Amino acid sequence: MKLLIKGGRVIDPAQGIDKPLDVLIEKGRIASLIQPASRVRPAMDKVKTIDATGCIVAPGLIDMHVHFREPGFEHKETIESGCAAAAAGGFTSVCCMANTNPVNDNQAITLMIIAQAQKANGVRVYPIAAATVGQNGEAATEIGELKTAGAVALSDDGNEIRNSQVARLVLEYASMFDMPVILHCEDMYLSQGGQVNEGFVSTELGLPGIPNAAEESMVARNLILAEMTGAPIHIAHVSTAGSVDLIRWAKARDVRVTAEATPHHLTLTEKAVRGYNTQCKMSPPLRSEQDRIAVLTGLADGTIDAVATDHAPHDDRLKIVEFDKAANGVIGLETALGLMLRLVRQGQLDLPTLIQRMSTAPARIMGLPGGSLAVDQPADVVVFDPEQEWTVDAMCLRSRSHNTPFDGWSLPGVIKATIVNGRIVHSG
Amino acid sequence: MRLNRKDLLGLEDIAVDEIKLILDTADSFKEFGSRIIKKVPALRGKTVVNLFYEPSTRTRTSFEIAGKRLSADVVNFSASQSSVGKGETLIDTMKNIEAMQPDLIVVRHGSAGAPHMLARMVECGVINAGDGAHEHPSQALLDMLMIRDVKGRINGLTVAIIGDISHSRVARSNIYGLTRMGARVRVCGPKTMIPAQIERMGVEVFHDVRKAISGVDVIMMLRIQLERQAGALLPSLREYARHFGLTPEIIKAAKPDATILHPGPINRGVEISSEVADCQRSMILNQVTNGVAVRMALLYLLTGGAGDETAD
Ligand SMILES: [Zn+2]
Repeated sequence: MKLLIKGGRVIDPAQGIDKPLDVLIEKGRIASLIQPASRVRPAMDKVKTIDATGCIVAPGLIDMHVHFREPGFEHKETIESGCAAAAAGGFTSVCCMANTNPVNDNQAITLMIIAQAQKANGVRVYPIAAATVGQNGEAATEIGELKTAGAVALSDDGNEIRNSQVARLVLEYASMFDMPVILHCEDMYLSQGGQVNEGFVSTELGLPGIPNAAEESMVARNLILAEMTGAPIHIAHVSTAGSVDLIRWAKARDVRVTAEATPHHLTLTEKAVRGYNTQCKMSPPLRSEQDRIAVLTGLADGTIDAVATDHAPHDDRLKIVEFDKAANGVIGLETALGLMLRLVRQGQLDLPTLIQRMSTAPARIMGLPGGSLAVDQPADVVVFDPEQEWTVDAMCLRSRSHNTPFDGWSLPGVIKATIVNGRIVHSG
Repeated sequence: MRLNRKDLLGLEDIAVDEIKLILDTADSFKEFGSRIIKKVPALRGKTVVNLFYEPSTRTRTSFEIAGKRLSADVVNFSASQSSVGKGETLIDTMKNIEAMQPDLIVVRHGSAGAPHMLARMVECGVINAGDGAHEHPSQALLDMLMIRDVKGRINGLTVAIIGDISHSRVARSNIYGLTRMGARVRVCGPKTMIPAQIERMGVEVFHDVRKAISGVDVIMMLRIQLERQAGALLPSLREYARHFGLTPEIIKAAKPDATILHPGPINRGVEISSEVADCQRSMILNQVTNGVAVRMALLYLLTGGAGDETAD
């Protein structure tokens, strides 16, 4: 069947398009972009129409950093529930991190994730395999075999690769297979025991702090290793001004580095933790306002390439506890677009740049289909009303966990349709 | 008379009038300790639960005596005899205790913020008896009562707090309380024990004890936690004692009438030498006496006192 998305404003940064167009989808692919005034109309009887009046029609969002807890922690999230959350948030593709139980450090787990995803709603799920066995930072995984099984990148996310020699080996080896290495940058000696950003708030709350240097020293090391090896790296969840400066410096030296920032680090600061709000406990921690602005500036100028949610579901058992015993992480798939649209409203970012950072760029970094509405591309599309507001109700989100600091927030951006491969996987 | 608040979680948000009310009430309770019958019926029929997740004989006993002198029923609940060891969460424990309908819960917990979480979850009042490295308001109030006893005032005094400021809940509560009451506060310790941006709390930072105590009216020594700090934050305890310990020689730098306080228990020869701890200017034991009076005041004011006195 054909699908016609009619009357919307099409934004496709990959083609430099931002104008009213109708989008015709046929056989799961983008068939054509039609001028609204055009007389050339498909025969209407065989076409399902989506009325996109007042809406943005864009390439489906791609989240290159999520944690779906299957296998091992299915009570927090399954691939199925994660995919439902993704679709509801406008995401057509997600890349899921390897810190499952067992860890995705072998092809059996990679294949299992792909198989589970095929049973879900159709959102594309790409496994990221561990960079080291058991994510222990000691020995590289069988990278070639993981690639063959379907892994799209490597990461020990949650842990740094402490041993620089191992990190070098992983980078060199992975680059032979065109596997990006996603690096969680945290010097675990410097952050040890830390609960929140080190600064006035940590002093007030009497909680051990995590200094910016814990992130920046590891970012610096990894950039230097990337330059030395020539291998592409991707810096996960950048949170400090110093990290942005370091990445800017490296890019000026043509180091093959890309980076991401999360909607929560772009929106909240350490002050949100006051009152010991465990929903704001995350790794890296929420930083100062100065850091937030620097990361946002980096996102706007392209130093930070992509927005990624770091969607990290945790059940109440791990969040409604003493602050120092609470787990790190926040869910993000269903609030990401809204939070980013708030920044657009505040004039911090324009819409085409936002779409680029949330779709085109992650597709390019990870080598995935999607990220563009060019003719003959897979029809992965999101249709949303950027003006309409909705109120976040943590308990009503599709994710199996409810750990969000944004409960009760009013956010712009209601998803009208999420389309994967020409099929509507979510409609609102 | 009562405090216009449900809980006392810290001194961060306390008003001058509230501090004065607490200290004045404590003053009026002080004399009960010297009576033959040390009991008044003010809290008859009220239940106070002492919920201690960390062992603390001093603070727990002090709250217990305070409650009993006011005729409250005091129930001690310590983590060792509770189901915490069986994996029960703080919230579960709390719900159980709340079902017993206490009027006040006094909680000591190793995690900063735990009393705040409880206060949000329960209807009855919560007193923070020390939470991690965050606050210990009743200790700071008794320190302030002590200072007021000895010096006649707090406003205009200079107080030096010396030791591991980073991990000290006593220091934080005293900084809030003393600065609110108009004292100038200095903190002093090795750089590894001074938390980030503490000057934003309105204190001056020193790393030299001699300079820190010069001209001050009150010296408040903090307990060095032998098990934690040796190794992690200090080259050695010996090194600490030599550079930050309060000795008869060092103390010459202070005013001759400077008062010495310590929340106890003291490590003789580490943060304070025996000579100094036992000298006339040391108020370490008087602090303990004042502790009961301050805690009586808190229990009284937070429960609204006796039924017939709550009309206002
Ligand atoms: Zn992550």
